[in-house]
Amino acid sequence: MADRPLPLVELSRTRVLEFIREPEAIFWVFVFPVLLAAGLGIAFRSRPAEMPRAAVVAGDEASSWVAEALQRSGRVEVMELGQGAADQALRTGKVDVEVKAAGPASSPRVIYRYDPQRSDSRTARALVDDVLQRAFGRTDQLAARDEPVTQPGDRYIDFLIPGLIGLNLMGSGLWGVGFSLVLTRTRNLLKRFAVTPMRRSQFLLSYALSRLVFLALEVAALVGFGWLAFDVSVHGSFVALTVVVLLGGATFSGVGLLLAARPKTVEGVSGWMNLVMLPMWVVSGSFFSYHRFPEAVQPVIRALPLTALNDALRAVVNDGAPLLASWRELLIMGGWGLVCFVIALRIFRWK
Amino acid sequence: MLKGGAVSEVDVMTHAASPGQARQAALRCEGLVKRYPGVEAVRGLDLEVFAGECFGLLGPNGAGKTTTVEILEGLTRADDGTVEVLGQRWGEGNDRVLRERFGVQLQQTILSGKLTVRETVRLFRSFYRRGLAVEETIAMVGLQEKAKARVANLSGGQVQRLSLACALVADPELLFLDEPTTGLDPQGRLKVWEVVEQFLERGGTVLLTTHYMEEAQRLCRRVAIMDHGRIIALDTPARLVASLGAEQVIEVRLAGEIAAEELRALPGVDGVTSRDGDLLLRVREVGATLRALLAELERRQVPLERLTTHEATLDDVFVHLTGRELRDG
Repeated sequence: MADRPLPLVELSRTRVLEFIREPEAIFWVFVFPVLLAAGLGIAFRSRPAEMPRAAVVAGDEASSWVAEALQRSGRVEVMELGQGAADQALRTGKVDVEVKAAGPASSPRVIYRYDPQRSDSRTARALVDDVLQRAFGRTDQLAARDEPVTQPGDRYIDFLIPGLIGLNLMGSGLWGVGFSLVLTRTRNLLKRFAVTPMRRSQFLLSYALSRLVFLALEVAALVGFGWLAFDVSVHGSFVALTVVVLLGGATFSGVGLLLAARPKTVEGVSGWMNLVMLPMWVVSGSFFSYHRFPEAVQPVIRALPLTALNDALRAVVNDGAPLLASWRELLIMGGWGLVCFVIALRIFRWK
Repeated sequence: MLKGGAVSEVDVMTHAASPGQARQAALRCEGLVKRYPGVEAVRGLDLEVFAGECFGLLGPNGAGKTTTVEILEGLTRADDGTVEVLGQRWGEGNDRVLRERFGVQLQQTILSGKLTVRETVRLFRSFYRRGLAVEETIAMVGLQEKAKARVANLSGGQVQRLSLACALVADPELLFLDEPTTGLDPQGRLKVWEVVEQFLERGGTVLLTTHYMEEAQRLCRRVAIMDHGRIIALDTPARLVASLGAEQVIEVRLAGEIAAEELRALPGVDGVTSRDGDLLLRVREVGATLRALLAELERRQVPLERLTTHEATLDDVFVHLTGRELRDG
């Protein structure tokens, strides 16, 4: 009698093989998130603070003096324009403030035109005024010193990378499990498996297990990319990161399983997955803090699995917090995963 | 014997199995009923398949074949009636143990194209506690040279044999084959038949559903013809054909009207069935009837559009019983 291969091993192994033999899947799981991180990282990279732009209306002596003083300060970008051109530049946002000066250079009369609604304009007005007052002879009475903060860890990219890891765990969990399960169903393969003595729980478990293999690679790709390209480092322990990632992966495998429990078509399950994923893309704080949403909906947002995962990831990656500090988030994730898995197992359509 | 769809139990039993062989039932169902919203797919079906025989279930699409087989396989629960598979009823013992003992080949299963032949058979092997070696099974269906090939690169016939291998790897006592050669070329069909025949030689039992009468005539010891959820005829293929009382069939299409009863009166005609505008005459001697038929048409000035003759087959049995063709939807 032949040696029997282990069913759970074979099921998981064939899942992994099927996946790596699908080039498109490799792109979406590994390349796409890294490209996304690269794109967003570059778009929101920390640049040297931009100088305010001021248009000086060309005219008599006073305006020449103003333009020269601003130029000399090196703190303002200056354009000398005619009245009409200056007005238009302000209106279209090409400059933040328009400066009109009249009279002799010894006693110029200065007018600032700007939109007080725009914070850039307010800043520009204050800066231009400061430069001109100093040039006219004002001295500082109070001694103060600047301390610029651009440390790694507080930049947008540091916030973004854990968010992208969370997003990726959700996307690949739902697609990896949900989509391929429904595909298997449409091919009549579920039925074919159901007539064998295969344990159904092992079959479903193999989806979660094969996901773990890719999980490790996906997260490594994103963390590695963030570290190499943007110097984003993991402040917490790698053990804590692993635990959070594994739990996140398991959670979304469970959700994917539930979404795939009934649909008979790939289109059907895709609809459900988008319905579940899109709101979390927006509200769960992957790209920007969910604190921007009204206070009233905060408890709902925080109860979502992706929010919990993002928070737990940021606690480990950005704050270096110990695992137990995120116990509430871990509990939320585990709850979602478990409840979804149990319901899925009960209502699963094998035929 | 076939008229009215009643089948004599005793008559069927007498040539069910060769003398001396124990007539043990591998499959048995009584009064099987399955209703779906709006349709009664199976309407009181009785069936007995003996150990060691190949039993054919024939019928057009929608006759209830697939539902019946799915009930037997334990995929679907019957609304009424009893089912016994290898001496065990679904849900009354350990179903998983029962599943160890039979193999299944489903018609429309699409095996993963990205796995190789060996990986696929190995996966199915892992589900069974005991069974055949993977390589041995691959050799059994003649796919040794394709063992490392991806399923997507196999021909239709090779995929069907792989599908058989996935059923055979369990070393089953019983095989369910659902239209195993549909869509295959004659060469591919022949290879599948050889594999099934080898399984039968080793003493296995087969329940086969098929559209192909040739397949049933070659493989099956007994066939049951199903229509509208019931068995309307059950016997050996040879006896079913013989029951038509005719050896030949003349098929004509006429450009004018002529009543079936009038053709029935021609010499040597045992029966006439009309189907989609064609008239099928079951005759004992083609030559004599043909001459009379042509003379009659000549006399009535009815032009002939088409005329063919063939030896009576199970197809004709089905047409005779239902007025429809087996392959009709």
